[in-house]
Amino acid sequence: MATLVVLLVFALFIVAILTGGYNKQMISRFRSHWLWEWLTTVDHKKIGILYAIGGGFFFIFGGIEALLMRIQLFFPDNQFIVGRDFNELLSMHGTTMIFFVAMPLLFALMNVAVPLQIGARDVAFPFLNALGFWLFLAGGLLMNLGWLFGGAPDSGWTNYVPIALNQYSPGSGIDYYVLGLQIAGFGTTMGGLNFLATIINMRAPGMGFLRMPLFTWTSFVASALILFGFPPLTAGLFLVMFDRLFGAQFFEVALGGNPVIWQHLFWIFGHPEVYIVVLPAFGVMSDVISNFARKRLFGYTSMVFATLLIGFLGFMVWAHHMFTVGMGPMVNSIFAIATMAIAVPTGIKVFNWMFTMWGGKITYSTAMLYAVGFIPTFVLGGVTGIMLALPPADFQYHDSYFVVAHFHYVLIGGTVFGILSGLYYWWPKMFGYKLNETLGKWNFWVFFIGFHLTFLIQHFIGLFGMPRRYFTYQEEDGITLFNQISTVGAVMMGVGALLFVANIVVSYRNRTSLVAGNDPWDGRTLEWAISSPPPVFNFAQLPQVRSLDCWWHEKMEGNKEMEPAEPLDHIHMPNDTPLPIIMSLGFFISGLGLVFRAFEVGVLGLVVVVVTMFVRSFKPDHGYHIEVEEIKATKKGA
Amino acid sequence: MSSAELNHAQTSAPLPPHPEKATLEGRNKILGIWLLIGAETVLFACLFGTYLALKGSNMNGPTTEELFQIPMVAAATLILLTSSLTSVLGVVGMHQKNVKKVMLWFGITVLLGAAFLGLEIYEFIEYVHEGHTFTGSAFGSAFYTLIGTHGSHVLFGITWITCLMIQVARRGLTLETTPKLFVASLYWHFVDVVWVFIFTVVYLMGKVG
Amino acid sequence: MSRGKPIGRLFLFFAMFALLLTGCEKPLSNVLDPQGKIGKEQLELINLSVYIMIFVCVIVFAIFFYVLLRFRRKPGDNAIPKQVEGSLMLETLWIVIPIILLVILAIPTVMTTFSQAKEAPKTASEDFIRVKATGHQFWWEFEYPDYKIRTSQELHIPVGKKVYVEVTSDDVVHAFWVPGLAGKVDASPGRINRIPIDADKPGIYKGRCAELCGASHALMNFQVVAEKPSEFEKWAKKRQKPKSEPQTVEAKDGKKVFAQNCMSCHAIDGTKLKMKGDKAPNLTGFAKRNKIGGLLDNNEKNLDRWLKNPEKVKPGTYMPGFSHLNKKDLSSLKTYLKSLK
Repeated sequence: MATLVVLLVFALFIVAILTGGYNKQMISRFRSHWLWEWLTTVDHKKIGILYAIGGGFFFIFGGIEALLMRIQLFFPDNQFIVGRDFNELLSMHGTTMIFFVAMPLLFALMNVAVPLQIGARDVAFPFLNALGFWLFLAGGLLMNLGWLFGGAPDSGWTNYVPIALNQYSPGSGIDYYVLGLQIAGFGTTMGGLNFLATIINMRAPGMGFLRMPLFTWTSFVASALILFGFPPLTAGLFLVMFDRLFGAQFFEVALGGNPVIWQHLFWIFGHPEVYIVVLPAFGVMSDVISNFARKRLFGYTSMVFATLLIGFLGFMVWAHHMFTVGMGPMVNSIFAIATMAIAVPTGIKVFNWMFTMWGGKITYSTAMLYAVGFIPTFVLGGVTGIMLALPPADFQYHDSYFVVAHFHYVLIGGTVFGILSGLYYWWPKMFGYKLNETLGKWNFWVFFIGFHLTFLIQHFIGLFGMPRRYFTYQEEDGITLFNQISTVGAVMMGVGALLFVANIVVSYRNRTSLVAGNDPWDGRTLEWAISSPPPVFNFAQLPQVRSLDCWWHEKMEGNKEMEPAEPLDHIHMPNDTPLPIIMSLGFFISGLGLVFRAFEVGVLGLVVVVVTMFVRSFKPDHGYHIEVEEIKATKKGA
Repeated sequence: MSSAELNHAQTSAPLPPHPEKATLEGRNKILGIWLLIGAETVLFACLFGTYLALKGSNMNGPTTEELFQIPMVAAATLILLTSSLTSVLGVVGMHQKNVKKVMLWFGITVLLGAAFLGLEIYEFIEYVHEGHTFTGSAFGSAFYTLIGTHGSHVLFGITWITCLMIQVARRGLTLETTPKLFVASLYWHFVDVVWVFIFTVVYLMGKVG
Repeated sequence: MSRGKPIGRLFLFFAMFALLLTGCEKPLSNVLDPQGKIGKEQLELINLSVYIMIFVCVIVFAIFFYVLLRFRRKPGDNAIPKQVEGSLMLETLWIVIPIILLVILAIPTVMTTFSQAKEAPKTASEDFIRVKATGHQFWWEFEYPDYKIRTSQELHIPVGKKVYVEVTSDDVVHAFWVPGLAGKVDASPGRINRIPIDADKPGIYKGRCAELCGASHALMNFQVVAEKPSEFEKWAKKRQKPKSEPQTVEAKDGKKVFAQNCMSCHAIDGTKLKMKGDKAPNLTGFAKRNKIGGLLDNNEKNLDRWLKNPEKVKPGTYMPGFSHLNKKDLSSLKTYLKSLK
């Protein structure tokens, strides 16, 4: 069955190449379809939307997994989903939410906002940008195929060995994890590299580093964390893959292997990953709060340095996830103190946000509600983080529901609130119309209250002795009511998420009455100076940036638009290309082949990748020009 | 790339003194390769760490001292270091807009890289005969993974440079090919530097203790 | 947002919590009320951090809610607020104060980290006992090297004495945790971790596996039975000379069934058996145990359930079901097991 599927996919691919390559009619029919434009796009705004759709798609999976787990935990000794099945749910929930929801949604916001905020026409590597997206999608789909064929991963999102080795996890679950993450990880690394290069090289004239909006800054630091944080994961995944597929002995104790190596590699990646997903959310909050308080960000410079410091310290603290591994009191103490140190820059941020609002004129739009709801939530997640940093105390908290509560406070209270805030904030820039504010407020309150209902209580479930990743508990444990409250909260969060979906549908239907115009929020940063959605080239003339919050500055000077830094001239843009999606398909086929131990298929997939790389290198692609008349026409239309 | 730069690329007007940095695309490529090198450094650091943690676990197989033969590895090192030098000469040729020189020196670079790879494969075959295998012990797994990853980088490097030579042969030195050549030579230096660390950490330290 | 909402929300939470904490359920084990000195030291640290964090939260929340309510934009108010760049004094303040708080927290943390990491003295003594705990999928094995006892699922300890536990694993990574007594440590294959635990009061404390270890991770419970030292010594003596010889005809038949079906994995000390399996829990003194498989109450019905279909009780367990045994064999096996004291 499995081999058949692989062969079928491959046969389809061959057919696609043959017919597509030789049948001009078919090609032109493909090309005229609206979908083709989306499949081949290299425009960062479109890729941002694609990332949002992809992340939203996987969010449905991750959310359903979470709800199923909470239903199982509603009663003690419940028999709804137990044992390995529950382990599959928890592993896929964690992996999906981190890699296939949080990261792509943040990439969505980064793609939409960063080039506009720095006054660029595109990202530095549009091709890599598209490739990054398609690789993420290929990896995510590959991993979720486990539900259909051969079982999903069942060793947690941390995938500790030896439980993830063949002996203890037979079947293909972990192979899906290893290969899916590897492919998605390549994509993410490319994304990080791309944004670093974009922000360093492509800022508009006058946009010095200390004039960049904070979202750009946090994206910049997060991208650096991606660039240096993902290779350890890549290395670790290779080791697990070699152990599982090719009989290597990295983690086999009997042959001299050492399972703790995986834990180190994973957390050297894993801790920066936490900051990768939370820093851009900090950035969104900073921009949103300053926008809706109508005030300049309080302590901008210290915010920037706090971000850099958090990014730097993020690499120094990974072993605090491993206090119970038995590394000795010296190592534990050092990592404890390094971890506590992160509280300082984070504290700076929290106070700066509050003092940005101090003396401001706060408008509570939905975006602002999420930003405001974020502050107390994140503070609670932060203080439990400090509590977790004390090794002797951590011996009690570690791997209990206290930890589960802590990281959901940080990841939902930080990242998800940040993403939702960002989506409400930039939705008009992405699509030209706002989301419905009434539904938005419902969405916020239901989601917010449901969230606290679910997770506040989980601190206590952990303190009352329930370890994480348990599919059940006994009545004697005396934590039934607590678990039931948590489940009710989870259902409420589900309703909250549905309200967001409803809002998207309703707002789309009423989009004519929600038309946003260039600057719906009385914004401060550069993206609000151009039309919504922006033309493909973003800026007809690159703007001259004259201060921090440059668009606000121009408005205060009484200007209606940014001062151009160059004469109106024709603009050169890159061509759309189907190569990224083909290359990702190659990776996907290769991954699928390796999962099913069909090594020929694995190699064939890589051949597809290499061939596309050759085509990309040898076929010159000069892009195209947009003439002055056309630019002028777009300008008038907007 | 502004339109003026682009026109420059399409007409074959004389190249500026540093053609690889003349366009925004070129500058992005160079920055990009530096960032990639940063990421790759971390990747190799992880593999080095794994190797150092596991190098004692030879499980009755040959130890590092018994295994490694410094003269052959030293020869391989010399070959690879020389190839770094020849790639520099190739870039010098590029700056002199001398296609012949570019082809000559990058050609030698590719040949030296291939020779290095050949030596490495020969070395691997010898080790396997001595009972040092990928699946036999954690040491074996870590050794072949580290050296093999480097070897695959060498392979990628020579393929890449060969492709670029074909492009230069077809299109000459343009604003498009020169950044590619420059970037490939940077990558090549990186691969060499990694080898210097492998030579020291794996082979020399393996011999000493 | 109206003025009342955030405050109302806060009250709602506090009300809910008061309800819960005084509610009908009493948690079995509570990190905030540990029954041993080591757990109490850890609790002191937890308390200190909680006080500091409450202090931080109170300040932040006070400013936060004040700002939220005070600086709302009134309808029709189009004035531009003053664009403040920052304040060196304020910013220094919220760098310095957290550092001071962290130093206050860091000093006892480091001290406790080191003091609790002291290892067991090399020689045996009256003041403490040593135990080796080995995690298996999905049960715990306990060995008392000074008493030459090997048992499983039940860790007997004397009250008031320090127990140095050497934790390791036979297969995957587990973690040894008795939440009602003290913190946990990982059980990793190929390495030995040492932690001390102790209990002040006699009682039964629930132990748990805290690191995902497979299908029945949630069911890998064990019990810590804390007894007065004299009772502990009595238990140890009994275990050194267990009553494992079958006394009745039925029990003798049961032993035969055991020898045919069980002994390749399970061991019983104190009786002659061809082999003593070590792949599964040692069953010496089985009748005296509180739980079957560390999980079910030790009674006839549960024993039957467990023997017939262990997979149903603990998914993924290595123990096969014995529903194929005939009624007579099964009942004699049960009789024999129930006679092990």
